[in-house]
Amino acid sequence: MNNRFEAVVIGSSAGGIKALTAVLTALPKEFPLPIIIVQHLHPDSDSYLAQILGAKCELKVKQADEKETIAEGVIYIAPPNYHLLVEEDRSFSLSIEGSVNFARPSVDVLFETAIYAYRNKIIGIILTGANNDGHQGVKRIKQMGGYVIVQDPATAEADAMPRAAIAATKVDKILPLEQIGPYLLQLVNRSTKKTRYNEK
Amino acid sequence: MDDLETQNIELQLLLQAIYLKYGYDFRNYAKASIKRRVQHRMTKDGFESISAMQHKLLYDVSFFETLLLDMSINVTEMFRDPGFYFALRKFVVAELKKFPFLKIWHAGCATGEEVYSMAILLKEEGLYDRTQIYATDMNEIVLKQAKDGIFNISRLKQYTANYQKAGGQESFSDYYVAHYDHVVMDKSLKENILFSDHNLATDGVFGEMNLIMCRNVLIYFNRELQHRALGLFFDSLCTDGFLCLGSKESIRFSEYSDTFEDVVREEKIYRRIS
Ligand SMILES: C[S@@+](CC[C@H](N)C(=O)[O-])C[C@H]1O[C@@H](n2cnc3c(N)ncnc32)[C@H](O)[C@@H]1O
Repeated sequence: MNNRFEAVVIGSSAGGIKALTAVLTALPKEFPLPIIIVQHLHPDSDSYLAQILGAKCELKVKQADEKETIAEGVIYIAPPNYHLLVEEDRSFSLSIEGSVNFARPSVDVLFETAIYAYRNKIIGIILTGANNDGHQGVKRIKQMGGYVIVQDPATAEADAMPRAAIAATKVDKILPLEQIGPYLLQLVNRSTKKTRYNEK
Repeated sequence: MDDLETQNIELQLLLQAIYLKYGYDFRNYAKASIKRRVQHRMTKDGFESISAMQHKLLYDVSFFETLLLDMSINVTEMFRDPGFYFALRKFVVAELKKFPFLKIWHAGCATGEEVYSMAILLKEEGLYDRTQIYATDMNEIVLKQAKDGIFNISRLKQYTANYQKAGGQESFSDYYVAHYDHVVMDKSLKENILFSDHNLATDGVFGEMNLIMCRNVLIYFNRELQHRALGLFFDSLCTDGFLCLGSKESIRFSEYSDTFEDVVREEKIYRRIS
């Protein structure tokens, strides 16, 4: 296996549950990569986001557990009130380090550590949100040679987070919400097939 | 070999240097958090590389202390996870009342908010006077703050709300005196608390405890170090003693799983059974 991409990381905040639903329901059960999500939530909220998304998506959705090994084709949600980090052996760790960009979990923390594990084989996506969390993360992803998709601010319920990401670096694609899921699928399928073909 | 791999080598050497020079053993910590914190310090202080920072660290104790604070993550709060303290009152206190004398160990107590929360709970349940609390952390700087029992006033509103959700029976303001920007915890709360430094990575057993609380410390360890710490807890607990972990930590999946039963599963309250 020598695919161009090996993981997808997504950051979203205000309006994010609707946006995540739109993106993730476009993906089929065979989607080959893990998808790791930081959605800003109230610290006291439980695992309801995983339940909501799980009910609507074809892919399995679960809250990420401490030390859990990351599996392909699973959607992982950061637990409320903890930062979610990716270890180089492709397992999760958690931290109660203080807020980063006023957020815990923080998108930047996830993206920065996902790079340690996935290097340039990563797709980062920034959706709607009313703060600037994730802008450092997308910058690092681009420095490493990964791929970044940002929701078109005009289609975002809150446009500050996508705008901050676009201002931070030269992102690869800016797309209206409903096109992000299908585009992601295409991007991943294309690169997977291409390498398979080359291997023969 | 790319830059990231070279940085991993530098990080490994840095942790080795810290261990050899200062005795703090971070080599078996979960790497992502350590690496992120080290990199941020490097950028913030304008070092070119982790190796350049290592040189400073070896010759400048105060710089090491800064880095120690970066890496040890001392974030905490009073009655963090109120549901946990509520469960303690409801399901554990009655059992503790059966003992004539109690020993409680808080491992990784950081600046002490958790320990004062426990002291308040024990007071209200009529257990404080027969309890000896041992509050430990590897970081002496935060231990000193814990001992002082002085906290920033800005978070008090949240603590008060937590206290109430945790089943608090009095008025929270009875437990502290407020000054301009800080509060001083009531002296009587620390009469039975002994603060001392103890490192779960390098130090030994802490005998015959009835309850051990170690919350949000194991998440920073790799499996091997988690195993060591859980072994210390097992050996330090009397049979029937309680172990309380953080809400995202678990004894299940560890080799000690069979030696503990669930008391309140969702709140990670366990009891030693063998
Ligand atoms: C995030 S705080 C948790 C504080 C508190 N227990 C809570 O849950 O709010 C983690 C604490 O563990 C301490 N710690 C980390 N490694 C340790 C070790 N090897 N031995 C003892 N304490 C350690 C740190 O210094 C820090 O104060």
